[in-house]
Amino acid sequence: MMTRVLAVAAAELRIARRNLWVLMASVIMTLFALALTFAGAAPTGALGVDLLTVSVASMTTLSVYLAPLLALMMSFDAIAGESERGGLALLLTYPVSRGEILFGKFLAHIGTIALAMVIGFGAAGMAAALSGGAGTESLTALLRLIGTSILLGAVFLALGYALSAAVSSPTAAAGLAAGLWLIFVVLYDLGLLGAVVYDNDGFFTRRIFPWLLVLNPADAFRLWNVGASENVALANGMTGVAGALPGWSAPVSLLLWPLAAFVLARQIFRRVQP
Amino acid sequence: MTERTETRAASPDARDVLAVRGLCKSHGRVRTLDAVDLDLKPGERVALLGHNGAGKTTLMKLILGLWTPSGGEIRVAGAVPGSAEARKASAYLPEAVAFHRALTGREQLTLFARLAGAPVKTVGELLERVGVADAADRRIGTWSKGMRQRLGLAQVLLGRPRIALLDEPTSGLDPISRHDLYAIIDEMAQNGTAVLIASHALTEVEARTDRIAIMRKGRIVADDTLARLSARAELPIRLRLTAQNDDASEVHARIGGERINGASVELLCSPETKMQRLAHIAALGDLVIDVEMAPPSLEDLYRHYSQGDRT
Ligand SMILES: Nc1ncnc2c1ncn2[C@@H]1O[C@H](COP(=O)(O)OP(=O)(O)O)[C@@H](O)[C@H]1O
Ligand SMILES: [Mg+2]
Repeated sequence: MMTRVLAVAAAELRIARRNLWVLMASVIMTLFALALTFAGAAPTGALGVDLLTVSVASMTTLSVYLAPLLALMMSFDAIAGESERGGLALLLTYPVSRGEILFGKFLAHIGTIALAMVIGFGAAGMAAALSGGAGTESLTALLRLIGTSILLGAVFLALGYALSAAVSSPTAAAGLAAGLWLIFVVLYDLGLLGAVVYDNDGFFTRRIFPWLLVLNPADAFRLWNVGASENVALANGMTGVAGALPGWSAPVSLLLWPLAAFVLARQIFRRVQP
Repeated sequence: MTERTETRAASPDARDVLAVRGLCKSHGRVRTLDAVDLDLKPGERVALLGHNGAGKTTLMKLILGLWTPSGGEIRVAGAVPGSAEARKASAYLPEAVAFHRALTGREQLTLFARLAGAPVKTVGELLERVGVADAADRRIGTWSKGMRQRLGLAQVLLGRPRIALLDEPTSGLDPISRHDLYAIIDEMAQNGTAVLIASHALTEVEARTDRIAIMRKGRIVADDTLARLSARAELPIRLRLTAQNDDASEVHARIGGERINGASVELLCSPETKMQRLAHIAALGDLVIDVEMAPPSLEDLYRHYSQGDRT
């Protein structure tokens, strides 16, 4: 099984490299991370934390938007595109299971995302540490940011495969991907915020809202990074919610999401008749 | 479908590498395959002829397990379509092959070889065998249609399949490529691979296949050797007489038939009455300066079966 998964992954990695995906993802992450680090340099003194901490806090916000976006852009075409070109029918006549095909593509794509995260956040973190100082805690926060960003990317890769298998044309898949991103990253939070304002610090706000928040992988990502480091939370202004939840909730949510999304993608892919 | 299937022989020959029984497929309310029976033995080359939309591609996708049938049964090398065993035994050349533009030919074929469990070192030989070795390390995006078709053929040869399904393999190929294609098909058949070739390119199929199955509107309307199909169709032989002095009126008056132009008369006759007819013509002596005889062409045969004007 592993040789087939690796064969698919190797081909897919070549394609990602030739399509300049690897390069583009890394450049985008690096540019944004560096820009944010130095734009965030001002309030350092006021909060009494080192520059790397502030940098990690702002890069957390960046990653909430960018990691899902990069992942969806890489994955929306994975099945719909192959199906439209007619290559999928041929591929599926080979003794390789649909799960193996999907997992091979996933390995290549998550590798690309991981590389972009390590290079981008690594470069920005190094720059921040050199110019504004860093401690053990802020270094741990940086590593946590990189790790959780990769997990967040994994969630949206798998969700991208699911919608790519659900529709027959790449154009429709691209539209759905944009919608999915908007819902998870923007609309879900806006909706919750509206409910919180309406509730006026009632039962919903104190008891239900934090759990609804952590159900969304993008928010779980934010909460994990914020909850694990008081300083990052301070710099991010999210201490309230993080305090209302048990410490395990965000990590569990962010670790289960990729698995659940992958299983969903495989189920939908199984029904495709190319 | 049921009525038909029940009357057929229930147990297929155990030697058959492909056995299709009473196969039906509906797309919504449209029936695209209706009670199809088809068998292939090892090493047999069978042409699957039919107009566009007759159901050739549908039949192949069902045999490959890509689509699920609405009824009937298929066995590929004794296994259920789509099972690991059936996939190992079969190879497919899709109607319009598309590969990843960003990969080179060698990389694409290496991927297929790994998936098929075939030794990767055969990749170079196969690229050579189908005549694309020179372009092997260029991206497929820069290849011509004919070259891609050849790469498609190379992946069919991987791992010596027991049955190869080729969907319109000659479309878009120049005559030399076609010749190469049929040479490869012959070689596969000699090695024991059963080959099913969907086509509407009648002319090459004629000499190159052992059996012809003709599809019309989702049904197999004929399935036999060319010689037996001709005999059964009882298509007339065509005789064309050229008259002396460019004047066919007297010949027409004495022997009947149909006047084609001022100088020629055309007669149709059955194989049994052919000699008798020729004797009549000989009796006309100098009036006739030439006789051309045309046996029914594959074209006639195909038209006969595919348009359903059977008695
Ligand atoms: N996915 C589909 N949905 C609906 N109808 C289909 C589909 N695929 C094929 N058909 C119909 O099935 C019939 C047979 O098509 P096909 O097998 O492609 O014919 P051929 O390959 O002989 O040209 C056609 O009438 C076609 O319109
Ligand atoms: Mg077809």
